Amino acid sequence: MSEGVDQGKRRFLTAATAVVGTVGAGFTLVPFVKSMLPSAKAQAAGAPVEVDISKLEPGQKVNVEWRGKPVWVVWRTPEMLKSITDLDNTVLDPHSEAPQQPPYAKNEYRSIKDEILVMIGICTHLGCSPTYRPDVAPPDLGPDWEGGFFCPCHGSRYDLAGRVYKSMPAPKNMEVPPHRYVGKSVILVGEDEGAA
Amino acid sequence: MAGSNENKWQGGILGWVDARFPLSSLWNDHLAKYYAPKNFNFWYFFGSLALLVLVIQIVSGIFLTMNYKPDADKAFAAVEYIMRDVDWGWLIRYIHSTGASAFFIVVYLHMFRGLIYGSHRKPRELIWIFGMLIYLCLMAEAFFGYLLPWGQMSYWGAQVIVNLFSAIPIIGDDLSLWIRGDYVIADATLNRFFAFHVIAVPLVLVGLVAAHILALHEVGSNNPDGVEIKKNKDENGIPVDGIPFHPYYTVKDIVGVVVFLMIFAYVVFFNPEMGGYFLEHPNFVPANPLQTPEHIAPVWYFTPFYAILRAVPSMAGSAFPGVAAMGLAVVILFFLPWLDRSPVKSIRYKGPIFKTALALFVVCFVMLGWLGTQPAEGLLTTFARIGTVYYFAFFLLMLIYTKMEKTKPVPERVTH
Repeated sequence: MSEGVDQGKRRFLTAATAVVGTVGAGFTLVPFVKSMLPSAKAQAAGAPVEVDISKLEPGQKVNVEWRGKPVWVVWRTPEMLKSITDLDNTVLDPHSEAPQQPPYAKNEYRSIKDEILVMIGICTHLGCSPTYRPDVAPPDLGPDWEGGFFCPCHGSRYDLAGRVYKSMPAPKNMEVPPHRYVGKSVILVGEDEGAA
Repeated sequence: MAGSNENKWQGGILGWVDARFPLSSLWNDHLAKYYAPKNFNFWYFFGSLALLVLVIQIVSGIFLTMNYKPDADKAFAAVEYIMRDVDWGWLIRYIHSTGASAFFIVVYLHMFRGLIYGSHRKPRELIWIFGMLIYLCLMAEAFFGYLLPWGQMSYWGAQVIVNLFSAIPIIGDDLSLWIRGDYVIADATLNRFFAFHVIAVPLVLVGLVAAHILALHEVGSNNPDGVEIKKNKDENGIPVDGIPFHPYYTVKDIVGVVVFLMIFAYVVFFNPEMGGYFLEHPNFVPANPLQTPEHIAPVWYFTPFYAILRAVPSMAGSAFPGVAAMGLAVVILFFLPWLDRSPVKSIRYKGPIFKTALALFVVCFVMLGWLGTQPAEGLLTTFARIGTVYYFAFFLLMLIYTKMEKTKPVPERVTH
């Protein structure tokens, strides 16, 4: 035991042990981190849903749940469609350049049929569900309000095509989900194979 | 062992323990022979009160878990069950919900004390940093806990806060998905928030509190004069301006505890909802993923930061600037010990610029807090923007105004 300590060897062994230990701990972390990802069950719960709009009236909105999110179907009247065109200069992305809709909804009214809006009712800011405010110039939203969606959480304003106004907390238009018509008045939300 | 000889008079059992565990020396180091400045005032109640509230929260929390179920289908009903059917369940829940707000009131006052008397300044920077980490843990704890009743405000509040992470460029969406464990706030989210709220965060919190107190007892307490009492010791090495924490300050703090508990009990028994500020009205409606409440606001203790979040508009197609501003508003507090460059610690010897800046900061913080409870519209957004700019200006310009300002001479000894 009286021989001198080989410091170089000791340092090497200490460093080697520390490195191997750290790598091992890193690998051990993986299962724990991955266990927090959506489970197989959560991933499977994304089936498309059918919406029957035969009872929908002009100006009315219905909500359905798809993948746990609210999906809105709104029948927009000719006046409402006109308000969308009028707001082209007020909204941030009037021509829907951002990929917030399938290609077949990248048009003036962001829909397959002009009147029928199908949209995920989640504000692109922080995920609240905006309120449907079709009333024109109500006292709380001011005289310039032409009808649209108002997010109660942080005050983002959207027009009746879900396009966000300029300089709002929300950065993007609301998302149009993949959807298609499976009958004259039945929409399948969550699936668009073979559609336009 | 060190304490075993001097404590022989206390009898055999203590001596036996002391030979095996440093009981007497712990007692002496942290209480009976921990010398604190003799000029502590009203502001010095809040440290011990924070410790008291921590104990209240842990104890009431343990009893709540005995009847609560972290399951999206059962959670809301479990809370109602606690309120109606469990003997004294309403009391335990109201103690816990009131305790959450009390914790923040006490901690905000405790932090303000540090700010006015320069308790964060050298050599107490680490105490301040541990304290800020405690504050972060408290915010996490409050946020996780708020989801558990599974009411409308729980649900949408969590939705908003988790989505803050999705505003982070590139990794944001995956990160928020990982936090939620589902595509929306769901059962998986509730279940893991329960785990964080009940075990993970409290463990870290208790460890940090221990570190905070150990660091404090290493360097010694500051005082309203910002004078280092250790610079002036008597022949026994005891600071002349120091008095033993026990019994002097334990007795003083008991007065604070009694007054605090009177107010606490009043709220628990007569006003547990505090007009919707401690328990928000929409939270009496079960979580509904399809409908956001008309007006959502976080609980009062988050509202100043929430107002900052809303004040910053989105830029370049991203909500990140607002999220970053909110994060920085908390992060900047960590740097306080290095932002204040005044030659004196205490406000008593600082000049009018600091006093005015601080007074405006208090007004601005309270205003932001109020704005955060209000809808974000028109003039209110303008005020929130002014408040946000001032919030950051107060801290960043501190580098300049504390340096240039003429200060008064600091006395050798503490005053009263």
